[in-house]
Amino acid sequence: MSIKNIFGIAGTALNAQVIRMNTTASNIANAGTVSPTEAEAFRAKRPVFRALVDQADLNRGAPYLGGVKVKEIVDDTLPVRKVHDPGNPEANEEGYVFLSNVNEVTEMVEMMAASRSYQNNVEVVSTARQLMMRTLEITKA
Amino acid sequence: MKLLENPFGIHERALAVRNQRLELIAGNIANADTPHFKARDLDFKKILASENPTPMAATHAKHYQTGELENPGGLVYRVPYNSSVDGNTVEISVEQAKYGEAAADYQTTLQFLEGRISGIRKALRAE
Repeated sequence: MSIKNIFGIAGTALNAQVIRMNTTASNIANAGTVSPTEAEAFRAKRPVFRALVDQADLNRGAPYLGGVKVKEIVDDTLPVRKVHDPGNPEANEEGYVFLSNVNEVTEMVEMMAASRSYQNNVEVVSTARQLMMRTLEITKA
Repeated sequence: MKLLENPFGIHERALAVRNQRLELIAGNIANADTPHFKARDLDFKKILASENPTPMAATHAKHYQTGELENPGGLVYRVPYNSSVDGNTVEISVEQAKYGEAAADYQTTLQFLEGRISGIRKALRAE
């Protein structure tokens, strides 16, 4: 129980939000990816967050109860689009390619949300830092 | 000589509680995007009550004695203004406000402690 724990908790959140931003960046980068089969088509990746609420949840190296971690990264379940494009080098025998199921607008919103959450946690750290500094100055009273 | 026996009074414990509250709210903000996460907070009144506990009294011969207080840690779940579809009860603006409030409370307790310390200093200096 010390103010240091707050840095840890906010740190786990910063980490989780960075992972979210990374998956979003990867999704946007792969928005135009095409593939010859439906199974191979790129599907948008989504991180699933999980709260660290009991001892069993704790990551090694980040032992902060009350923080958050990325439990897993799952594929978006939206269907992929099948497009007739016989000129495409990736087209199958019937001339079809499978586009990714990335929706750029959704990804941009996701990126904004992640960035705002990141900023919130930075603010938490900065306030905690100020309080810690004031606590250190208590002896000068 | 009360001042030197217990120089910090309740503020010593209060600082720990303020810190715990800051930590809880930091946890809420960290989990603002976690599905099914329930925001929590501390009830200062309940903590004060558990310092001086009054459990349910057995007023009849057939009553069982209960030594337990309801929720002694003062930990309570936040009731959201609007519920969200993913079961998360963190409302970021509420948490931001509460975090600011908790930070101010922490500084208040610090101020009291500083007052006590400077009082003792003055007394010891005997000028």
